[in-house]
Amino acid sequence: MAKKNWLKMGALMVFAVCGISMYEVAQAQKQDPKHPPVAGDGSLVVQLCDGKTNVTVPGVDPNTRLTKEQAQAVSSELMKLWMTKQDPAVAARWMSEASRSAAAEEKKPEPASGQTGNQAQEQVTPVSPRDFMIWDREVAREVAYGDQIFHDDKLIGSTNGIACAMCHPNASNTHPETYPKFQVQLQKVALLRDMINWCIEQPTRGKRLDADDPKMRALEAYILSQRKGVPMAPGKH
Amino acid sequence: MNPLKWIKRREEYLRERKLWMDELMSAGRAEEGRRKFMKMAAQALGVAAAGKIVPHAFQPVEVVQASKTQASMIEPFTFAYISDSHLYEKTLNERFVRQLERAVADVNALDPQPDFVLYGGDLAQLGQPGELRLGHQILKELKAPVRMMVGEHDWFLDMGDLWKELFGPPNYSFDHKGMHFITLMSVNEKDFWTDKGLTPMQRMQIVAGLDDGRQSRFEVGDEGREWLKRDLARVPRTTPVVVFSHSPLYKYYRDWNFWTEDAEQVQALLGDHESVTVIHGHTHQVLTHRVGKIHFHGMLSTAWPWPYAPEGLPRLTVQMNRPDPFNQTDGLGDGTLRVKKTGRVDKHYNLWNRNPMIVSERYLTSNGAEDVPAKITLPSY
Repeated sequence: MAKKNWLKMGALMVFAVCGISMYEVAQAQKQDPKHPPVAGDGSLVVQLCDGKTNVTVPGVDPNTRLTKEQAQAVSSELMKLWMTKQDPAVAARWMSEASRSAAAEEKKPEPASGQTGNQAQEQVTPVSPRDFMIWDREVAREVAYGDQIFHDDKLIGSTNGIACAMCHPNASNTHPETYPKFQVQLQKVALLRDMINWCIEQPTRGKRLDADDPKMRALEAYILSQRKGVPMAPGKH
Repeated sequence: MNPLKWIKRREEYLRERKLWMDELMSAGRAEEGRRKFMKMAAQALGVAAAGKIVPHAFQPVEVVQASKTQASMIEPFTFAYISDSHLYEKTLNERFVRQLERAVADVNALDPQPDFVLYGGDLAQLGQPGELRLGHQILKELKAPVRMMVGEHDWFLDMGDLWKELFGPPNYSFDHKGMHFITLMSVNEKDFWTDKGLTPMQRMQIVAGLDDGRQSRFEVGDEGREWLKRDLARVPRTTPVVVFSHSPLYKYYRDWNFWTEDAEQVQALLGDHESVTVIHGHTHQVLTHRVGKIHFHGMLSTAWPWPYAPEGLPRLTVQMNRPDPFNQTDGLGDGTLRVKKTGRVDKHYNLWNRNPMIVSERYLTSNGAEDVPAKITLPSY
């Protein structure tokens, strides 16, 4: 039982750590984490999503699918290695959070029948409050990065001191809900990102961003978040 | 004429007029008052007929109308305004410089020339010496005299040191053609920087961020209100007053400091006067408001337009059309104020890429019933 718990905890934490560090890793090194290195003898190497921590599975071909048990062992090992690299205080906090959430999952309610009382008010789902917390935090982080770019002429690459927020405080009058719409000046159906790039190139005299540039994604996240609750109105002028 | 002499003569005149009015009013009952009035008017006429110099207020024409309002004292005239140029140094941003120059050219092309030009504040973007001096230089090109007002972008780097050196004190008043003009520093903020250990530049940048919630709200403050009170005390209640303030002296939208925290107290001080008109900058848009006898008008910017705030728009405001982002001078401009015989103004918005808008005295005094400006086709989102 104790061992099973540990495995569960390990898996959960690998998942969580991956989620948190994915963003930073993507920022820090533009290397695609989907292609980990291969060991000298050709064995499978599994890399943690920090892009640094590796575990070699001796004698296993990189194209083989691991069994559930093997995968769990690898993930536990990766977790253990990652923990050794952390500040002990941070590691301890992670451990206690993980064990709390594991404990919460253990407490499955007894199915109550109609004869002995009311049924449980909510169905059990695999989504815990902690999941929501993580997701909200990730969105908030993306929005905050966009907010920062939106208010900083240097981050947007402006060459004349003009930042987005100078004309659009709180992203007002950016109306992301109205795209796509035909923009006669661009002679095409424009998406929000087309207008973002137009503003970067014209008023701020900067260089346009790729559609999947982390800055473009963050700007879209910020602008959309400021219009939360406004009805969608594609094509509106 | 030497301005000091002019002010002195004006003060003398006011004192004389007040004495005379007091005497007239202290006569008590209406009948008695009228008899006394006729007697004094006859005296004045007699003096005039004898070819002697008569104190201005005692001249018959003035006397008859002054018993009700001082409006007849007003000789209609025009003054122009330019506001919110937010200059960076020319090497960084040439467009804002060009746009201020365009406004200066507009005003210089007015024929006849305005009596003076109000500059509505935010000459600089980040209060830099290079920015303020550049603006100072450009405004020197104006043919008409300039009345300067300070904005938060001019102030919060060195707390107004250089601005005051270039343009004088931020609070001042003057009289012109029977009207009393007050320029009021309304963009003071409570200290949010000392505790956080911010540098002057950090403080400036926070204040320069319209939606930056780390700053305090604008206020005239205790000292400013005390100054205003003293200034108003020497102005007869019947003299029309025009106040220039950078922030709107009312509460429109707190988050963007389209707002003056002590607006109610300032309005109460102004409320004693029969005719008060406030001309404000900061909002970069057409704005019209009325609180009791106080009329309010916003000014256009020469740098960039601002969207209307999501809430709190004054009821009497007829918005300007949403500016076209593909046209970088749309929603910008300058304008004139035509002072009428009543001491109220018709506000002309010279929008560079649109038809001009006129928000008239009649529109405001009729509470929006008459002379309504044309409605918009493209509202702010």
